[in-house]
Amino acid sequence: MDNIIEIKNATYSYTDEGISHIALNNISLSIKKGSFTVILGHNGSGKSTLAKLLNGLNTPSSGDIIVDGMNTRDEEKELEIKRKVGLVFQNPDNQLIASIVEEDVAFGPENLGLEPQKIRECVDEALKSVGMYEFRKSTPHKLSGGQKQRIAIAGIIAMSPDVLVLDEPTAMLDPKGRAEIISTLHFLNKEKNITVVLITHYMEEAENADRVIVMNDGEIINDGKPEDIFQNVKQLKEVGLDVPQTTELLYALKQIGFKVNTKALSIEDTAKEIAKALKL
Amino acid sequence: MLKDITIGQYYEGKSLLHRADPRMKIIWLIALIVLIFLAQNMYALSFAAISVIISLIISRVPLKMYLKNMKTILPILLFTAIINLFYGEGEVLFSIWKISITDGGVYRSVFMALRILLFILISSVLTYTTTPNDLTDAIESLLSPLKFIGLKTAVHTLAMMMTITLRFIPTLIEEAEKIMNAQKARGADLESGGLTKRVKALIPILVPLLISAVRRSYELAAAMECRCYNGGEGKTRMKKMRLSLIDLFLSLACIIIGAGIITLNILF
Repeated sequence: MDNIIEIKNATYSYTDEGISHIALNNISLSIKKGSFTVILGHNGSGKSTLAKLLNGLNTPSSGDIIVDGMNTRDEEKELEIKRKVGLVFQNPDNQLIASIVEEDVAFGPENLGLEPQKIRECVDEALKSVGMYEFRKSTPHKLSGGQKQRIAIAGIIAMSPDVLVLDEPTAMLDPKGRAEIISTLHFLNKEKNITVVLITHYMEEAENADRVIVMNDGEIINDGKPEDIFQNVKQLKEVGLDVPQTTELLYALKQIGFKVNTKALSIEDTAKEIAKALKL
Repeated sequence: MLKDITIGQYYEGKSLLHRADPRMKIIWLIALIVLIFLAQNMYALSFAAISVIISLIISRVPLKMYLKNMKTILPILLFTAIINLFYGEGEVLFSIWKISITDGGVYRSVFMALRILLFILISSVLTYTTTPNDLTDAIESLLSPLKFIGLKTAVHTLAMMMTITLRFIPTLIEEAEKIMNAQKARGADLESGGLTKRVKALIPILVPLLISAVRRSYELAAAMECRCYNGGEGKTRMKKMRLSLIDLFLSLACIIIGAGIITLNILF
């Protein structure tokens, strides 16, 4: 698989009231086409800053971000990069522009200057792929948080991006809305072949990812498959993250001498592991 | 109370008026408002009233919706009616101290109140049958001749501002209610005291509301940029506005109403 995004020694710093802060410290990373990557980190770990660098909304203080061969510093490629790498934010209320769902989803394609007929197709397809087609005529403020966020995702999908970057899209949602968003993202990744970069601080959202990257203080401190990352319970706790409850349970059991495999993530696998250890 | 505001509240439907071209609807609305103003006597105004009632019926929006709108403007209506009651000449019906109410005053009062009622009703026909976005698109299109005098970006900016305003009205109302509740929970007294006290009590609500609106605007701007917005250059539209037979038919209706009102003005 090719790399769709390459981050080369990116550093991002800003000055606030005369004091300079380093939000990202010399990060190098590449994202494979078609992959589902989760970036985990606590508040202030630099993960949101990273999201804004990926589509050129901000440019790094030093280093480069290369999207499909284009440098985000290249102003001529600005729109092309923004179309290829769609960014979804935390608060759905602040991302929707129009008062009618389908008109909001059409905003992106309209800006790209597509033909009306083509816009219609993009909008319908995007709404269907997030499961909101039947709500196309309703108004966003009457929908739930999860539904609004799915519309925000549809607004990006309608521009047919290659990569979907989401900056804590579930932080303001209830558990039901969160589950809706995560399953939508897996659907888009598998069925529409869209590369997903999900930034979050909820561990359980990383369970089915291809790859998990853990960030702390502007640096990458761990990078690997979810089951391997979660083994490092001590490190995760140190950077203020919670391990999934299942892993924590198995980890505790192992520490008091039970022979369990702490790599089990789902509730069923965990139950099986415990049953095995108890020789049931 | 805040929830009763119905600015830009579209009522989904498929009536003739829903399908009509929004640009034409705006033009008719302006024409009808002028015509209602031109109606000089009760006959002409009743004719206008009948036309307005017919348009309410063909809009197929439940009467309940219109009545809801009436509730908020009732004080203005009553105020106009009462004020006009004292300005009239003719036979004195009864008098208290130096104020006397004449039959002319009663006539005038009913006439003025009816006129305002018709304005509100006909305007809500437009807002109920047209999505806010269609409205702003229509205004953008109607103002497009301004492009030729060098106001190209101004027209687009105005339309964008209106779209965003309409979109954020319900959001900000919700937010204002949340802040009010939060302040009440901290013991703020918003409902008693004189006018100055109540205006002062609003400050702790307006300041956080303003700060949050500014924050929202930063995020919105970033989100718009992420969706390839670059000031409307090369922008296309999903929905093309097109004139149809409905528009011709409704234009004819408009002309008939105009002719009727003017004739009745001259006859009586």
